[in-house]
Amino acid sequence: MTARTTGTLIVGGGLIGAFTAWFLARAGRSVTVLEKGLVGAQSSGANFGNLRLQGRDPRQYPLSLRAQAIWEEIEALTGESCEYDRTGHLYLARDEEELASLHRYAEISRSAGLVVEDLDGPALAARFPYLDRGILAATFSKRDATANPRLATLMVMRAARAHGAGVLEHCEVVAAGHSGAAFEVETRSHGLFRSEHLVNAAGAWGGEIAAQFAEEVPLFSAGPPQFVTEPLPHVIAPSMQRVSGTVIFRQIPRGNVIVAGYPRTASDAQNLRTRVPPHKTLDGMAGLGLLAPMLRTAHVIRVWSGVEGYLPDMIPIIGPSGTQDGLFHGFGCCGHGFQIAPGVGAVLADLIATGRTDTPVEAFHIARYREGVQANEKFAREFDSR
Amino acid sequence: MAPILIVGSGPAGMSAAIALARRGVRPVVVSDAPHAGGQGFRRLNPQMALDARRIYGAEARKYEALHRDFEAILPQIDYRPATLVWAIYEGKAFILRDGQAGEIAWSGLILAPGATDRIMPVAGWTRPGVFSLGAAQIALKDQGAFIGRKVVFAGSSPLLLLAALQYRTHGARDIAVLDTTPLGAKLRAAPGLRHSPGTALRGLRLMRALKRLGVPVHQGVRLEAIEGADRVSAIRFTAPSGQECRIACDAVALGHGLRAETQLAELADCDFAFDAALRQWLPVADADGRAGERLYLAGDGACIGGADAAIAGGALSAEALLAELGEPGPSARRRRLRGTVARLRRFQRGLAGAFRWPHEEAGRLADTVTVCRCEMVTAGEIRTAVRADLGPAEVNRVKAVTRCGMGRCQGRFCGPALAEITAEASQSPIDAVGRLRAQAPVKPLPLSAADTRS
Ligand SMILES: Cc1cc2nc3c(=O)[nH]c(=O)nc-3n(C[C@H](O)[C@H](O)[C@H](O)COP(=O)(O)OP(=O)(O)OC[C@H]3O[C@@H](n4cnc5c(N)ncnc54)[C@H](O)[C@@H]3O)c2cc1C
Ligand SMILES: Cc1cc2nc3c(=O)[nH]c(=O)nc-3n(C[C@H](O)[C@H](O)[C@H](O)COP(=O)(O)OP(=O)(O)OC[C@H]3O[C@@H](n4cnc5c(N)ncnc54)[C@H](O)[C@@H]3O)c2cc1C
Repeated sequence: MTARTTGTLIVGGGLIGAFTAWFLARAGRSVTVLEKGLVGAQSSGANFGNLRLQGRDPRQYPLSLRAQAIWEEIEALTGESCEYDRTGHLYLARDEEELASLHRYAEISRSAGLVVEDLDGPALAARFPYLDRGILAATFSKRDATANPRLATLMVMRAARAHGAGVLEHCEVVAAGHSGAAFEVETRSHGLFRSEHLVNAAGAWGGEIAAQFAEEVPLFSAGPPQFVTEPLPHVIAPSMQRVSGTVIFRQIPRGNVIVAGYPRTASDAQNLRTRVPPHKTLDGMAGLGLLAPMLRTAHVIRVWSGVEGYLPDMIPIIGPSGTQDGLFHGFGCCGHGFQIAPGVGAVLADLIATGRTDTPVEAFHIARYREGVQANEKFAREFDSR
Repeated sequence: MAPILIVGSGPAGMSAAIALARRGVRPVVVSDAPHAGGQGFRRLNPQMALDARRIYGAEARKYEALHRDFEAILPQIDYRPATLVWAIYEGKAFILRDGQAGEIAWSGLILAPGATDRIMPVAGWTRPGVFSLGAAQIALKDQGAFIGRKVVFAGSSPLLLLAALQYRTHGARDIAVLDTTPLGAKLRAAPGLRHSPGTALRGLRLMRALKRLGVPVHQGVRLEAIEGADRVSAIRFTAPSGQECRIACDAVALGHGLRAETQLAELADCDFAFDAALRQWLPVADADGRAGERLYLAGDGACIGGADAAIAGGALSAEALLAELGEPGPSARRRRLRGTVARLRRFQRGLAGAFRWPHEEAGRLADTVTVCRCEMVTAGEIRTAVRADLGPAEVNRVKAVTRCGMGRCQGRFCGPALAEITAEASQSPIDAVGRLRAQAPVKPLPLSAADTRS
């Protein structure tokens, strides 16, 4: 079989791959996405759907805000709906420790230019009467939003296709290298591909692609337990979460309340899926009932999780390879890649087109692991051995 | 040591419990049903003067024997009715009883969760007055009630004739049976039925009895629509001659065979294989029902097989599990049970030909027909999603895009039709479109269950 040649090959048809393809194709560049399964069927299609701006890693704000601006116009640009909704996001503190985090996060968010509103107990009770009175305080950011992950990746990938991007499903990359003249990428079912640029957007599997270029990263896969209730009258407008992350919830217009919470669970050996331990579902149910007592009569109808790539410093790997010119990474999003995906796609497209980007992403460079990095404080709290 | 846990108190679960109790083992038996008996041998409401012989006919003696035997062992087992197993995880069953969550650890697990009706939607099937065939029987056995005054039994299932006869012998005069399987298909399936001449004969007897009692049975019809303003007023169908017919009625019992309840098996990590004869995915188990380490499947939940196979399969799984635990009983008994189960399942596969799942009807369904009752998703929405650019040809992805199968029943009712429509719209073979993944909770779980955890 003769090799197919394309300008940029993207390994992975998740949201990062889709946005990268869309930006490149829109700029008239040739690009092909290789997806081992179905587009948007992994993390990008299973996640909670939060486009949260509050409480991000301070180094990520420029990228995150660039991403949010794209989210805000993506439906108009593609002509499709992914249920993007500027719901706002409410952080809730129920104890002193959370109160301290609440203030710290608000300060960081404000320094990044975000408008964050402080709400004390009475203000909360007036505005969100269904919340438990035991909540001490909250912060509200109205630019935060939500979207439907089941629709978003397909929407962006279709738009990329409309601009000429190639997308191959059921096409697993089994080996990747550089011949000196071009990237050579071998697939299980579609033969050999050649390209000038290669993007590693393989999510939780990104470590395997990086390893082909002698870049080792301490990536592992896990996912938070999630569940959804039956549809109920739609009253909860913003997306809400305890600052500790033990309960995160939002209600979609259809009426279902979607719930997630830490600690996360490691994916099983083959990395094919992350189970949801029933006791974590029960913990989440009890935790939700505590925040919104009116939901105590609601019924849970389904649980699920996803396979997400995490790194000990809890920030993704974004930017050029440290070993191979023309190779760019965008993987290991540590549980917050849905929000930043448009930004990551835009940055990678910048780098491929011009070799540089105005959005600071140095902190996310893969070479940081050469020195060995410090684990984030969230790391111990947000995972457990189960 | 943790006990042996049996999930389900239908013929399979009861029979497994009886076999264990007789060997001096005390299992825990949980079932979300308030009374033992399951579907086939559903406990007749003792507060009503229902005559078991009139309902169960020739099976009445078996019904009585099973319930008698089960009652006799009650002191030797830990029986927990009205208890739902909503998840299985790392050697534990997660239960819900009286609104409270709990756990049961086991040393061996026998899953006997049975089956539910399989439904092929038809225009108007969501109208009030349309029931599943099982519901029509439950109304009679539990409440001594009919689902209407003029009931039409429509679809394709041996239970169609059985339910019609049960109604007729209880006085329902104005009933009719619309069987969608062509007579030719029935004749072609006949050789397969030799595996259980007794059961086949029972089927013929049902036919004859209905004829004798003057119940019209229309063979090989095509259901066109269930009509009515607020509720059912008629059912329209095409006769094999091509003639359009309509029967006025106020209730329809609809069923196209059975669909194995396999969620628990999936949560317990069983492998699955597509059964071409039954046209559904079933958990993989060996001839004893063994599907994993100290894990057994019995009854309809393992493979649609009917009450006799469930009774034999329940006992077989109990014997095999005891053997695996180091306490083998007489091997001749196991061999005999194994033979019975295998023969009855072969028969059941033959029966699947005689009462065909009309899968091709999925392609004929009008775009406007609702497929998913919980989320109100139409056939047209499914087709649009499948045919879109990058549209999925896999049922879980179709569910993700359309919400079909995402509601309260978790695809129990719409799952089979969703698969057929997806296959038809994507021009894929049915076994290539996958099956809806099972996720806990198996049935809806009230949030308040969590704070009463013991
Ligand atoms: C349960 C859950 C909830 C979450 N909630 C949120 C949230 O609310 N907000 C938020 O911002 N983020 C959230 N996240 C994180 C977010 O979903 C991810 O960070 C994001 O989707 C990552 O996108 P991706 O494209 O990198 O990965 P993926 O969507 O996993 O895509 C990677 C793709 O690469 C493919 N692939 C891998 N290896 C190969 C190969 N060798 N050849 C070909 N293809 C390959 C995979 O099949 C996959 O489709 C959540 C994650 C999970 C699991
Ligand atoms: C609606 C219907 C009507 C039928 N009518 C007849 C009939 O009249 N005559 C006849 O011979 N055959 C009938 N059958 C055929 C029937 O399949 C067999 O006769 C026989 O009942 C199968 O036995 P079983 O033990 O495998 O399953 P079932 O009899 O279906 O029993 C399964 C048991 O498991 C329990 N269960 C299921 N899931 C859970 C869970 N998650 N947690 C706890 N408990 C659970 C159920 O409550 C039930 O008690 C009917 C089948 C159906 C579906």
